[in-house]
Amino acid sequence: MYEKFYRSLYRSRRVEEEVARVYPTDKIKSPVHLSIGQEAVSVGVCEALRPDDVIFCSYRSHAAYLAKGGDLNQMIAEMYGKVTGCAKGKGGSMHLVDVAHGVMGASAVVGTTIAHAVGYAYAVKFQRKDSVVVSFFGDGATDEGVFYEIMNFAALKKLPVIFICENNSYAIHTHQVRRQSNPNIYERARVFGMPAERIEDDVLRIYERVSAAVQALRAGEHGPFFFECMTYRWKEHVGPNDDFHLGYRTREEAEPWFKNDQVKRLAEMIDARQRERIEQEVEAEILAAFDFAEESPFPDGVELFTDVFREAK
Amino acid sequence: MERIISFVEAIREATYQEMARDPTVIVFGLDVDDPKAIQGTTRGLVEKYGRERVFCTPLSEDAMTGVAIGMALAGLRPIHIHIRMDFLMLAMNQLVNIAAKSHYMYGGQVHVPIVVRSMIGKSWGQGAQHSQALYSFFMHVPGLKVVAPTTPHDAKGCLIHAIRDDNPVMYVEHRLLHFQKGPVPEQLYTVPPAKARVTVKGDDVTLVGISYMQVECLRAQRYLEDVGIHAEVIDPIWLSPLDIETIVASVRKTGALCVVDNGWTTCGASAEIIARVTECLQRVRDVRVRRMGFAPVTCPPTPTLESLFYPNARTIASAVYDLVKGGSHNWMPVERSDLKEIEFKGPF
Repeated sequence: MYEKFYRSLYRSRRVEEEVARVYPTDKIKSPVHLSIGQEAVSVGVCEALRPDDVIFCSYRSHAAYLAKGGDLNQMIAEMYGKVTGCAKGKGGSMHLVDVAHGVMGASAVVGTTIAHAVGYAYAVKFQRKDSVVVSFFGDGATDEGVFYEIMNFAALKKLPVIFICENNSYAIHTHQVRRQSNPNIYERARVFGMPAERIEDDVLRIYERVSAAVQALRAGEHGPFFFECMTYRWKEHVGPNDDFHLGYRTREEAEPWFKNDQVKRLAEMIDARQRERIEQEVEAEILAAFDFAEESPFPDGVELFTDVFREAK
Repeated sequence: MERIISFVEAIREATYQEMARDPTVIVFGLDVDDPKAIQGTTRGLVEKYGRERVFCTPLSEDAMTGVAIGMALAGLRPIHIHIRMDFLMLAMNQLVNIAAKSHYMYGGQVHVPIVVRSMIGKSWGQGAQHSQALYSFFMHVPGLKVVAPTTPHDAKGCLIHAIRDDNPVMYVEHRLLHFQKGPVPEQLYTVPPAKARVTVKGDDVTLVGISYMQVECLRAQRYLEDVGIHAEVIDPIWLSPLDIETIVASVRKTGALCVVDNGWTTCGASAEIIARVTECLQRVRDVRVRRMGFAPVTCPPTPTLESLFYPNARTIASAVYDLVKGGSHNWMPVERSDLKEIEFKGPF
């Protein structure tokens, strides 16, 4: 199990480090919101899911996309704007999608996809399926009105959805305490009558708690469930760099999060040879994905006008 | 013999029959299952199809539009009903940023077959926030289809098409049209997009009436006929995609075009239609044009001001008279009781 977790964590971290390394060459013509530092949430949650479960994401969704099984080649190609990308170059980094692997999309507008997850969960229940739906969003989304509307509806209809609030304390550069009268996000969820808890930055704990929720839903217990996962964004809001020089946060604030790095933690929990093998395989996969993106063609001009409407079959 | 039913009954029947045909169709919105049943358009649905397929919602237009999108992504075909078009302003993010764009920005991987029904009010003091016809907002955005049927026949056929369409469709109803009666086939049929209908043939001027203004244009046509002006009246039915060819062909014949919108003229459907017709016919034919629509103010509830706010058959006839004859004649037909405006019988 730890090998599997480590592979997913390491892969996510290294993919984004490569994105950051390539970014200054301007080959990636898409604003990137890196998940570096937050991988434990995506990995802990997605390891608890089945392939037929689905996730809905925010614009900071690279880690979740990868952890759920989203295609790596198509992800990098999408960032390069190539026709082989997951959205043929029409989505970009903020709108990663891989329906075959249950990645149902991501929005640049904060809070927007929470409602889609809940609508999907309504359909899942209606269709008498036992799959579950996960909604990833940040603490910023809990500033939005739609968050409260949808908590109410999901609880009212007892839907099989798991809300994952990735609380990294910042909406762009503004700390939660400057935006919210009480930083009690999980307690607010409880008001709607759903089980809700806060989990510290611990991939195994997240996995354990989310697994329990998933099993409960599969066993026919009603949803929703809510988890506020405390995490920290290491890089700038958008782009590949550090941003401690901006002055809205300090390196001292970040240090405990660096020390608690879950990628390192899991690396130390597995056999060294296993670890080396995983890292080699992942590195080869990443190299191949960037080669794939480099070598893929850009979309033809005619693609501008396709996919506006879905034509009748 | 033709069966005559009301616009309301046509909508109800289309929904009822489509829900029977396709078990993925579901209906929700504020008050869809209350005793008034959205003017009767949803009556009997909950009894027939149950509360899982027909349910009232919290007053959460934004979230519930997102819910509709999520349902559609999972293979359902939701119909989301708003008793006022004004309320759609609370759902603009989901409609414009997600529903319209998902198919494109996800490279064709997903599609969003939702129908958003909304109603425009008029008369009996509807006022500022119960009277707005905001379909041009949605015409502006690629990825949304917009339809405003004006007859019971088209109400049924357009709704059936909208339900079956794999894209988001904004289905716009006018409350006064709900009272219209007309022939409607009992079987299922569709009135597909991008096909306008010539409702009266004529050679002197083309009169395009959108939504409820189609009724006023048909009355104006009668007033004009009395003074020897033969207007060709066109109902675009679908505003997006729009059948501009039918309108262009008519204007090519008549050389004069008056578009009467049930909305404001600035950046509106009338501006769009006239721009496209003049683009098509420049250097082909000289064309005289005229836009009519809401006065450029907020809709007032008091009857004396409200009557000035809207175009009506007589003001349309007067404007068209000038358009055809040239100049300003200050001609206004004497009101004919047989053409009198249908009054909304409030209050409610």
